[in-house]
Amino acid sequence: MIRNSIAIVVLAAATLAAQSAGNAENGKKQFVKLGCYTCHGYQGQGGGAGAKLAPNPLAAAALIAYVRHPAGSMPPFTKKVVSDEVLTDIQAYLASVPAPPPAKDIPLLNQ
Amino acid sequence: MAKSKDTPLARRGFLKGAAAGAAAGAAALVAPAKTEAQESTQRAVAVPPTAAQRAAENSTASVAVQDIQIVERPGADYMVDVFKSLGFEYLFATPGSSFRGIHESVINHGGNSNPEFITFTHEECSAAAANGYAKIEGKPALVCAHGTVGIQHAAMAIYNAYCDQAPLYVVAGNISDAAERRGRVEWLHAAQDVAATVRDYTKWDDNPASLTHFGESAVRGYQIAMTAPMMPVVLAADGVLQEGEAPKEFDWRIPKLPRISQPAGDSAAVAELAQMLVSAENPVIVTSRSARTPAGLKLLVELAETLGAGVIDQQRRMNFPSRHPLNQTQRSRALITSADVILGLEVYDFFGVVHTLGGQVSVVPRSLIKPGTKLVSISSSDLFYKSNYQNFQRYEDVDLSIAADAEATMPALIEAVKRLLTDDRKQAIQARAAKLAQGSHQALEQTRTAASYAWDASPVSTARLSAELWAQIKNEDWSLVSDPFWVSNWPLRLWDFNKHYQFIGGAGGEGVGYLAPAALGAAIANKKHGRLSVSIQSDGDLMMANGVLWTAAHHRVPLLTVMHNNRAYHQEIMQLQRVANQHNRGVDVDKCKIGTEIANPNIDYTMLAKSMGVQAEGPISDPKDLSAAIQRGIRVVKGGDPYLIDVITQPR
Repeated sequence: MIRNSIAIVVLAAATLAAQSAGNAENGKKQFVKLGCYTCHGYQGQGGGAGAKLAPNPLAAAALIAYVRHPAGSMPPFTKKVVSDEVLTDIQAYLASVPAPPPAKDIPLLNQ
Repeated sequence: MAKSKDTPLARRGFLKGAAAGAAAGAAALVAPAKTEAQESTQRAVAVPPTAAQRAAENSTASVAVQDIQIVERPGADYMVDVFKSLGFEYLFATPGSSFRGIHESVINHGGNSNPEFITFTHEECSAAAANGYAKIEGKPALVCAHGTVGIQHAAMAIYNAYCDQAPLYVVAGNISDAAERRGRVEWLHAAQDVAATVRDYTKWDDNPASLTHFGESAVRGYQIAMTAPMMPVVLAADGVLQEGEAPKEFDWRIPKLPRISQPAGDSAAVAELAQMLVSAENPVIVTSRSARTPAGLKLLVELAETLGAGVIDQQRRMNFPSRHPLNQTQRSRALITSADVILGLEVYDFFGVVHTLGGQVSVVPRSLIKPGTKLVSISSSDLFYKSNYQNFQRYEDVDLSIAADAEATMPALIEAVKRLLTDDRKQAIQARAAKLAQGSHQALEQTRTAASYAWDASPVSTARLSAELWAQIKNEDWSLVSDPFWVSNWPLRLWDFNKHYQFIGGAGGEGVGYLAPAALGAAIANKKHGRLSVSIQSDGDLMMANGVLWTAAHHRVPLLTVMHNNRAYHQEIMQLQRVANQHNRGVDVDKCKIGTEIANPNIDYTMLAKSMGVQAEGPISDPKDLSAAIQRGIRVVKGGDPYLIDVITQPR
């Protein structure tokens, strides 16, 4: 059994969304194929089982670093399971998710 | 087992048969039976004439005639009178021959009223429905289960109720006397100890051997079930006792059910706790099932406001108003890490409150609290433990454990706190409450922003579904009768819950197959109050118990069911993926679906509901279609019938 060491990933500098060089279309397919949607939702909106990923995702480097050494209950995805290139594509997909209207402008969220 | 001369069977009114020497003699044996049956239409069970008797009536030949047994005062009538005295409104059951005596007496002796027989298609459904009913009504429904087979079907729901501290009252039919079992099936459905199979997760059971014994145990069982910690009890109802004649000397006395005073904490411990809370800079209250009744909710509001303490609601009951400024459920981590005193009220997992369970493979707990933080528990769970099932959770180093019912203890605690408050402390409390209110307001705004993500997505986001439903029910007298955990708790985060009946928590034992029948049971309880019962129903759960749709239609239970149809046992998809990654193999989504998807073919819940007499529509995958569908559903439900809307949703 291989145990993944707990890595401390400094993300503070990487929280800004970055323009990605990835392929968003492939990233969308991979997001589903790899089962990312199962915890994070099809648009990366997050919920009870996983954090919000989009809109405004982590930059690709930070996303890759986190996926390799996640915190909490998220399982680690090693390079054997998913390549940096695919994760870059996934980041591009997440970056392509449009921001919703502000909550204050959605009447159903102000009742 | 030798038959006692005192057994009811020995006292049955026998019409002695004989080898008739003449047709006249044979006819005379039948005629009195008819007369007696007519004279006591409410109780007598007329036995149809046998072929031999019919032959005897029509022939002068000498034939053997069976004994005719007429029971004038069946024991089951007494049992039903006892049930009536206990105030049961409903009997939830799938019929079974081992309690047919009670069944018949409920109808003929009891008039099918208080209790009224509600037909379920599975004993797990009837028991789970009683769990939901109890959490709305605050008392048990009567559940009858067929010996051995029925009690085993009911077992999972009984376990859920046991973990949920809900009072269930289960009567298990059984024929104890081997000599009285009619053939193969009654042997298969009889047990030496019929309650044994559920004894690990019931509070008490008994196997009465006489009607006097039954009456006392029936009332005792009710008292036990309704004393905190409230839990299921099982009472065996012997088939011979039910169907046989009550002994002539039996006085039909129904034992008195006392008013039940719940166990409150001792005064010294309460005074010590009050001092700790008043002296604390950051006291936090964590509640799980503290509000047994509407009074419990009001008491917790008073305690929190008196202390200016934040409340973290683990929401196993409707404990605290969701939009109260002191409700800090969405900020629980911040409060726990800064607390100097944490009071747990009926918290079932205190360890989980003050720890995170990290570690990718093995569990690595990490404490969340500051050194020196005092932990105090008021819990009736400490009054009753069993060994085998591990529902008691991991041990936590609590500083003061008050083994008592939290709701019953709160009045004394509130008074003790008030006595200790000085003007200085009152000012500090006001300042703290204002700060907490600000945090609560910000948390609600953050929740609304979170709900806006994927707002127009298809499949429908669970936040959108919840917001659409809230828009249509908020001006009704509503009651959410499902566990919203499966939809990321959006209703609890977005809706304004402030009445006790507006929420009932979830399955105590996290056993799937609870939600649909519990929702129905709660809706049955809500019916007489005219409340609009709504349920957000997971697809996997419904498939374990979809017969409740028929029950809802048959008994006209007004319940709006909105499907959370993610077409999977979705929790297990996530579990599978986690393990695959731990094994460094990964698993793509197609493989993840092996053994977890509820698709291919997709289940048509609309057709399923309609096939059982429930009006339905869907599937809906465009959120823009939700509003009109919900409005149509509410119209039907307000007319007194169930309605189902199938919605294709995001996973969580």
